[in-house]
Amino acid sequence: MKGITLKHGTQRLKEGFAKMQKGGVIMDVVNEKQAKIAEEAGAVAVMALHAVPADIRKEGGVARMADPLVIEQIMKAVTIPVMAKARIGHVAEAQVLQELGVDMIDESEVLTPADEEHHIDKSQFTIPFVCGARDLGEALRRIDEGAAMIRTKGEPGTGNVVEAVRHARKVNQEIAELVKNINNASVLEKKANEYGVPLSLVKKIAQEKRLTVVNFAAGGIATPADAALMMQLGVDGVFVGSGIFKSQFPEKFAKAIVEATRHYDDASVVARVSRGLGTPMKGIETSMLKKEERMQDRGI
Amino acid sequence: MLSCETSIPIIRTRIKRKANALKIGVLGLQGAVSEHLEVLRKLPVEAVWVKEDKHLAAVDALILPGGESTTISTLLEKNRLFEPLKERASNGMPIFGTCAGLVLLAKDAGRQQQQTGQKLLELMDMRVNRNAFGRQKDSMEAPITIQGIAGKFPAVFIRAPVIEKVNGTCHIIARLDQHIVAAEQEPFLATSFHPELSGDSRVHEYFIRKIKR
Repeated sequence: MKGITLKHGTQRLKEGFAKMQKGGVIMDVVNEKQAKIAEEAGAVAVMALHAVPADIRKEGGVARMADPLVIEQIMKAVTIPVMAKARIGHVAEAQVLQELGVDMIDESEVLTPADEEHHIDKSQFTIPFVCGARDLGEALRRIDEGAAMIRTKGEPGTGNVVEAVRHARKVNQEIAELVKNINNASVLEKKANEYGVPLSLVKKIAQEKRLTVVNFAAGGIATPADAALMMQLGVDGVFVGSGIFKSQFPEKFAKAIVEATRHYDDASVVARVSRGLGTPMKGIETSMLKKEERMQDRGI
Repeated sequence: MLSCETSIPIIRTRIKRKANALKIGVLGLQGAVSEHLEVLRKLPVEAVWVKEDKHLAAVDALILPGGESTTISTLLEKNRLFEPLKERASNGMPIFGTCAGLVLLAKDAGRQQQQTGQKLLELMDMRVNRNAFGRQKDSMEAPITIQGIAGKFPAVFIRAPVIEKVNGTCHIIARLDQHIVAAEQEPFLATSFHPELSGDSRVHEYFIRKIKR
């Protein structure tokens, strides 16, 4: 386009993309067929990966970015946005995903971290990033690195919502603490130091009374009621990983979770869509996990 | 924290000032709903979130926000809002669609629509191409000229559709280079960009003037 100043990859465009996902469900898929089921069910986007978190857990070994061929096949199969995961700190995997043209990169603790000290400098990319967080400090560090969207880490691949609840509540409590101290400069300064982020970002959170970017729930959501629970805790939408394609009837589960996310505050709808759904994914009691099996402790 | 003494009078004045104000709904099934509500709340109108039939019946005009048009279309049907919306529209209710909302207003959304079987409201006589500029990496900010709005408008395009052709009384009001990015047809207005993300309320003000006409 001659003579027109176009700007690509701005923070406004990155955060704007995330805003279009609000109120929606983003589903993990491992092939074209699953991607089409997700789109048909009303997913706002799909997350392309080589195995769902429950299988990553079972397989063990090093979990890496998905095969570009699979990602491309999924991109061709659906018209909704396609996201993909890169390992924490793995700049080169993220560069590959950007080259493939995925719509958003998840710098994810579900994969084996590549760098235990540094996250990816997300401001250097034109593609937006979503990152996991267990508390406000993690969320703000990721936002400061350029993340356009935050999600709870929860405990991926467990089908157990308890950790996602813990993380969403923790972020809410810590935001409330900042709001309460909005006029107390020394408290805000102390918090900024504690979190390792600029004071201006902490002040902004106190003013806006929420994260400055879109905030989803992820990590253990397995049923329509789980999705409704997370929405009631104030998140903007949900990621469902293993919960759909590890359930007995993925199509029905996918549709029901979309409906429950939309009508999270109307129990009659959640009841209706939950009826006769079949068996959800089996799930794991998270307190039984060994320390090295916990994905949420990766990349803080 | 705000005390009750200070917050109550503020609410009262607002209700008083907006008692006879136009009531504009934002279809709130999925997408950038609160962004539109925030823009409207700075203008002299009442802004409401429309989720159900009964909310729809109470508004003077409606905004169809950006989001995923396939998802919004699916939810419109599941929530039995599709027909009531079409009926209000046929009785002349003004509607403003942005991005995914533009796709929903169109008569024809080309190959991608055929692929997904997405149902459209078919209120504006135009053919659109979803995600016409490409994927998120092709999303862009660009200054454009809009008929009826003075000066340049900072348009934000996110995986944006374009209008390929307008017919009948549907007419073009903005272009980006050779691409048609906004159109109007009687009470309906559609933009392929997101004025709710620009920090500039002139397109919303334009829509409000249109409702009053």
